[in-house]
Order: sequence, then structure tokens, then C-alpha cells
Amino acid sequence: MNKYRGVGQDVEKIDGQALVTGEPLFTDDFSLPGMLYGKILRSPYAHALIKEVDTSQAEKLPGVKAVFTYRNVPRRAYTTAGQGYPEPSPYDTFILDKKVRYVGDRVVTVFAESLSIAEEALSLIKVEYEELPAILDPAEALKKDAPVIHDEPEIQGAYDPKRNIVSHVELEIGNVEEALRGSRFAVEGVWETQYAQHCPMEAHIVISYLDERGKLVVRSSTQVPFHARRILSLLLNVPISKIRVIKPRIGGGFGAKQEVLIEDLCALATLRTKMPARLELTREEEFVSSRTLHPMRVKVRLGADKDGMLKALDMDILSNTGAYGTHGPTVFFNAGSKTLPLYNKAENVRFAGNVVYTNLPVAGAYRGYGATEGYFALECAIDELARKMGMDPLVLRQKNHIRPGETSPIFKKLGEGREGVPQVVVSCGLEECIKKGMTAFGWEKKRMLSREVAPGVFRGYGMAIMMQGSAIPLVDMASATIKMSEDGSFLLLVGATDLGTGSDTILAQIAAEQLGISMDKITVYSSDTDFTPFDKGAYASSTTYLSGEAVRKAASLVKEQVLSVARLLFRSSGEMELNDGFVLLKGTEKRVSLEEIGYRSFYMADQRQIQATASHVSEVSPPPFAAHFVEVEIDTETGKITPLKYVAAVDCGLAVNPGLTKGQIIGSIVNGLGFALSEELRFGPRGNPLNPNFLDYKVLSTLDIPEIEVILVETHEPSGPYGAKSVAEVCINGPLPAVANAIYDALGIQFKKAPFTPEVILRVLKKVP
Amino acid sequence: MRINFRLNDQEVSWEVHPGESLFEALRRYGHQEVKGNNCRDGECGACTVLLDDVPVPSCTILIGKVEGKAVQTVKALGDAENLHPLQKAFLELGAVQCGYCIPGILLVAKALLERHPNPTREEIKEELSGNLCRCTGYVQQIEAVERAAQLLQEGGRDE
Repeated sequence: MNKYRGVGQDVEKIDGQALVTGEPLFTDDFSLPGMLYGKILRSPYAHALIKEVDTSQAEKLPGVKAVFTYRNVPRRAYTTAGQGYPEPSPYDTFILDKKVRYVGDRVVTVFAESLSIAEEALSLIKVEYEELPAILDPAEALKKDAPVIHDEPEIQGAYDPKRNIVSHVELEIGNVEEALRGSRFAVEGVWETQYAQHCPMEAHIVISYLDERGKLVVRSSTQVPFHARRILSLLLNVPISKIRVIKPRIGGGFGAKQEVLIEDLCALATLRTKMPARLELTREEEFVSSRTLHPMRVKVRLGADKDGMLKALDMDILSNTGAYGTHGPTVFFNAGSKTLPLYNKAENVRFAGNVVYTNLPVAGAYRGYGATEGYFALECAIDELARKMGMDPLVLRQKNHIRPGETSPIFKKLGEGREGVPQVVVSCGLEECIKKGMTAFGWEKKRMLSREVAPGVFRGYGMAIMMQGSAIPLVDMASATIKMSEDGSFLLLVGATDLGTGSDTILAQIAAEQLGISMDKITVYSSDTDFTPFDKGAYASSTTYLSGEAVRKAASLVKEQVLSVARLLFRSSGEMELNDGFVLLKGTEKRVSLEEIGYRSFYMADQRQIQATASHVSEVSPPPFAAHFVEVEIDTETGKITPLKYVAAVDCGLAVNPGLTKGQIIGSIVNGLGFALSEELRFGPRGNPLNPNFLDYKVLSTLDIPEIEVILVETHEPSGPYGAKSVAEVCINGPLPAVANAIYDALGIQFKKAPFTPEVILRVLKKVP
Repeated sequence: MRINFRLNDQEVSWEVHPGESLFEALRRYGHQEVKGNNCRDGECGACTVLLDDVPVPSCTILIGKVEGKAVQTVKALGDAENLHPLQKAFLELGAVQCGYCIPGILLVAKALLERHPNPTREEIKEELSGNLCRCTGYVQQIEAVERAAQLLQEGGRDE
């Protein structure tokens, strides 16, 4: 039973009412008088030098107020990655450069009085390019005579840019080769993920202006307002004290907005012209020129003894980071660090590989952050091993997965582009997730059924297990301020960044729980670098776990202050509790309202503002766990795969808000199903994108989703607020392997390259060439 | 040019540019409740409005086409004091995450429930299929439309 009144409840999202009534909340819902509109001229070539750029005609066009080329913007190498400082991503990017590195790279930016003038101005710009040989396949990047994509002298933090290598790892625990040789059963394969895009419904957008003090204000659809402020300061040579970044409501991010992608150009326009400016990506730009999933080729080798105990795990990755290395090293590390510890029984573990530059769109942070690519390979390989042994794949997983009280050397060896932090898994409901999931799905019964359900129509049943983490240990910090008003209500100020997930609501619930008040007594202000305390932002499954604990700590400090006043009023040192806006003296009828305490503190005695700020850094990153089960139907005439039923049992620690938790889980599953079934950004022979729109790049709709059943397996994570962990990412890792395993179960064919579209199915079945 | 139409049950007469879309005109006249337009092609559904009770992506409608017609935005459903059962159900069932797609989806659902007060799950899925949502995975939205149908049958909105 839930013993809490604030947490563990399906509280309505605090911004929900404003969202369903269409209130102006998003970046673009406010416009400013005299605002300029920006447009970016983008490279038609995958790899080229800009020989000449003539903007004179564009500059003469009435209404054009600013034109930026590499010649008139500051040149300083940086990373667009919104990560803690110093960033583990290479400094390989410039605001504008004289070299372009993919089709869609930035060449010139125009700001004008209207969007149509800006668009017209772009058409007047003449650019002469010298085309360079391009790398369109990551394997080509490593070849001896491959073109060098980043030959700029300023580059920092890339492993070996002359060889197009952003990051390289060769890590071994035990002796994998020997263990594989000694294994009774061994499997090996290469699994490949595609270019996929986050597709937030709201594209990247930013509006900047100078306030009455001359301070640069940047309203941005960002997941990382504080990192944005720091990076803008560096790039534009404006002190942090002269920049304010505000995140209003934002229309989804999924990692694409863990970037400082367009704020630099917009802010520059405001600084140069002193006018408000607005820059928004079109849907095509969002597809091509924002960020994508990292396409990876993941080779996995597994060895097990005669009983199915894993002896060797080997993961070797070639990761394509595209033209710039933002998040390149860390996404790669996470492909191992978030997957290999799941099977901690294997004593011999190897993780190796390269992250390489190519002349294709830039991969970045994407919900799952590498684990998605890692699990596709690992969980398909586990199924193959089970087949080889004639064992139920579920049983093989049960034998080998990590359990409470256990650890893995990988936690220490692999961190954020460097060494990680050792940890013992304390809360782990994976065993129960598997049991509950298999029962709800009917795993054993379904696997007895005939696979051919009609002529040419087959059904298959697949599963996968997975984990992620909660926050980046000993790196990321979150903080919160709570201050009391005299009526006994509170303001909660957090740097945490609600990108639609409902984190403002979750954080308010945590504060309400600690302070013994109802939700209507709390107003949340989040993500304004001038008014809220620092928070790293919304990424790495951190907000509930890390920011939540900062809020709990701040609320607990405020509670102490409230109780110290109450103690004076009661003239008793007896035990007290906060409940429904009152302090109660236990064992008596005595009570005092928060309002009385508020008025007293403001106006009467011991006068002071009751408030507190607390910060939190975690020493561990407790993984959420999940077991996924899927039933698919495959029509071998059309090649169409229909997911019929999906069961996800998820260990989220305490679910602070079960409804919002389920929303995170279902949303990530459907995105993952898109990776499995349809989503892929494709390119022509010159690196030109072929399908950057919603007609040709298929995001799943209501018609494409299966029946989805979510089972919350609640555990208690002692290091999280009220036992909570974060679950925004973990479930995006399941659909790719679970669906691939289900397809094998139906057809006896392994599909190792995502997505599994009807064309791919028919080609493999040899029904089309 | 000037154009006359009904907007959320009010007659309006607007000065518009002949080449602009209904979306652009609505935003210019302060109807920030209409979201979207970054696809500019009617592909995402976020900017959906009702045109004579039929859901249409407002970015694909030339403003001239609405002369004499009735346009509804999400403001036609209800406001904070008087939420439409659809709005209530979406909140109750956690069907809103970032909320960017929500005004469009609510309008599609409204049109559906006016035609079919008791739709099947398949009909709801069919009807909502043109409105993309990347956050929720749709399940809670479909359930919310079912719930709203139930609320409407039980006696409509609270007074």
C-alpha cells in the first residue's frame, strides 16, 4: 500500500489544463514587436570548401538586417552538446565554417523583417564550393586514404581526427578469446541500427532579445538552459552575467534538444542588431540538420557453458557520429555501460570500438543514448544462444541477469567517455518483471501455439530484458529552492527542465509530500537561468531521481524551519508532523496552521523569509529494469509486420506519479517500435537525404500500435527520493530486439538490420529482388 | 483583402493577405492556441482546426477558402472554468505530455464524437491517425476519447 499522500498518486499534470485549453505557452506563442526572422542557407554538398560567398545582393534587399557567414562571426571551436563542463564531446564545431561537412550543414544565415524576406534573401546569395571526396559509409572513414573530415587545427578532444576517429576504446576484463574457446556454446553476429530522428512535434525554435538592462534574453525550446547559457557565453564572448536563458513549455525533445543548436545564430543577430530575433527549424531541417540516433554496427560474441551460464561477452562497435562528434564518445560508451552489466555473471567481458566521422547528418543524444543500439545486438544474440542450446530464451536470461546486491566491473570501467563509478545494484525488480510480464503475456502458452495462423500469415513471440541508469553519478548536479509565502503556500524554483514529461508535476509532488501540503499550495517555476537554481537539464534519466532528491532535500530544510517556529508556538519540544497545511503536536490536540507561521515570520516575530536551497549529486546511477514481450503477425505476401500485443513490466522504483510513469513507458515503446518497423532517414549517392518529411519517413500513428500493457513493478531505491528511479529512457531499448526475436520465432530468419520494413521482409523471403 | 467567417461562434471580419494560410492568419490575429506549422504540409496534424465541423490542417488551407464558413479552434471546446469532457478525460487519463499536438487531437476527437457519440476503438484509431504524437504513444489518448464519449453520454459537461 502507498503510505504517502503526495507521491505515488496520479496527480493531474500541473500544466495540463493550460495545455488542453491551448494557452500560449510555447516559445513561438509570444512574439515581440520588431522581431527579425532568421533563415539558414544550407550546404548542398556532403563535403566541400566554400571558395567564395557573395552576400551583397542579399544584404541590399530591403528588410534584411543581418547576414552571417564564416567571415563575420567569432571563430572558436566548441561542441553543441549540452553536457556538464568540461564536456566529454570533442570541440569540432564552429558557428559557421569555411568548410561544410554534410548536406544540410550551415553556410549563411540571414535575419530579416519577415520570413519571406529572409527566404528571398537566401535565394540571392551566391556560394562557390570546391567539392571534396565524401565519406558516406562509416567503414570507409577508417580506411587508410580516407578524406579527413576534421582537418581544422583548432579541434580538441577527438581521439584521432586525422583518421576520422572521435573515440576509441579497447577494454577487456578477464580473457574473452580464451573464454570463448572454452565455451560449450558460442554465437556471434553484427547488428546494425539506422539513421532515425527524434521528431519532436515542436521543432527547434528560439527567440532572443535584449531586456531593459541590455541583457541578452534567450527563450529557447531546450532541454539544457544552463548549459546553453554557458556555451553561448563562450561562443559570443558575452559574460554569463549578461545572458538569461528561459525555457518555456517545450514540445518534446527526446535528446534532440540536449544541444545548443541554433541559439548562437539567433543571439548573435540580437547582439548585432539590438533587435529581437527568431529562428525556427522547418521539419526538413529538423530531420536533416538537427540531430539523429547514432547509426551503429554492433558486433556481439557470447559464450556459455553447458548449463547456459554466460562465460564471455564481447561487444565491438562501429558508431557513426556523422559530421560532428557531439555526444559521440558518451553515446558509444553507454552502448556498453548500460547493457553489459545486465549479464554480470560473465567473468570475461570485452568492450571495444570506434566512433567515426562521416559526411552524413550529425548524430547526437537520443532517448536510450546508445543502450538502444547495444540492446538490439545483445538481446538478439542472447536469443540466438538460447536457440543453439535448445533453451527457452526467457530461462537463459533468468539464469544470467543481475540481481540485487550484485555489481559488475563495467560500472567502474565505462563512464561518460571516461572511467565510470563503481556501484552495487540495490533495487532490482527484474526477476519479478520477467515473471509478471511472462504471465500477463502468456509466454509459455503462446509459444506452444502453431506459428502459421492462416496461409502465409505467421505469428511470432519475442522478448528482451533491459536496464538503463538514473542520472550521471559524480558528474551532474541538480538543485532546488523552496520559499514560503505568508498564506502557507510555497514557490518551488527548479532548474530542472520539463520537456513535456511532467517533471514539474513530479517535483511538486515530492515537495508536497515532504511539506505535508496539497498540490494547489505549490507553484513551480522551472528553467530560467536568472531565477531558478542550477540544474544540469533534462537528460540521462535524471529529473525524477536527481532533481527529485534535490527538491526533497530543500523541502526537508524548509520543513525544519517551519517546525522550529511551531516549536516556539507550542512551547514544546515534542514530536511534530506536517499534515494538510498544519503542524500537529503529536499526542495532543494542538495544531498551528502554516498560514499562522507564515504571517508570524513575515510580520511579527523572529522575522525572516522561510526558504531553503539544496543541491544534489548522486554517487550512483541506479538502473531501472524492464522485461518486454511482443507478439507480431507477419503477412509473407505483403511483408507487413503487425505488432499485436506488447507487454512491458518495468521496475521504476517508486512510481511518483503512476499515470505519468506509464506515459513515459508507452511513449518510449512506441518510439522503439518505430525504430523496428518503419523509421529510417535514407540518403542518395551524394549523401543527400531522400525522405526528410512525415510522408516518407514513417512515424507510427494510432493505426500502427499494438495493444500495450504496462505493469509497474515497484521497488524501493534508497538513494532516490521516496525510493524512486527514473524511467524516461529504459523502455525505448526493448522493441528492436523483442520484435526481431519475434520475427525469428515466426519465420526462422534473423533480421539484423533495422528497420524491418515490408520491403526488407519480402527481399529476404525472396519475393522481390 | 477582407474576409468574413465565423470563428469559435463569433462573426469575424479580418484583413488578410491573399496568399496566406488559415494557420498564418489565425496566429497573426492572436490565436496562439493553434500550434504547429513546421511541416507546412498537413503531415503532422498539430495545426488542425475544424472547418464547418470537419478537421483540416490549417497550414494547408488558403485563407480565402474560409469565407462564410465556420472555423473552430480548441478554444471552442472549453476554458479552464468549463472544460469540455474531452479536455477533462485527456487530463484525467494522462493523455497529455508536451501538449503540442493536443489542440489538434482534441478537435479531431470532438468532430468524431459529434458524428459518432459511441465510437469503437478502431474508429477512434482511424480518426486520430492523421495527428502525430511523439510523446504519449497514443494509448492514453485513445482511452481518453473513449472516456469522453462515456462522459458525454452521462450528461455532458458540468455546469
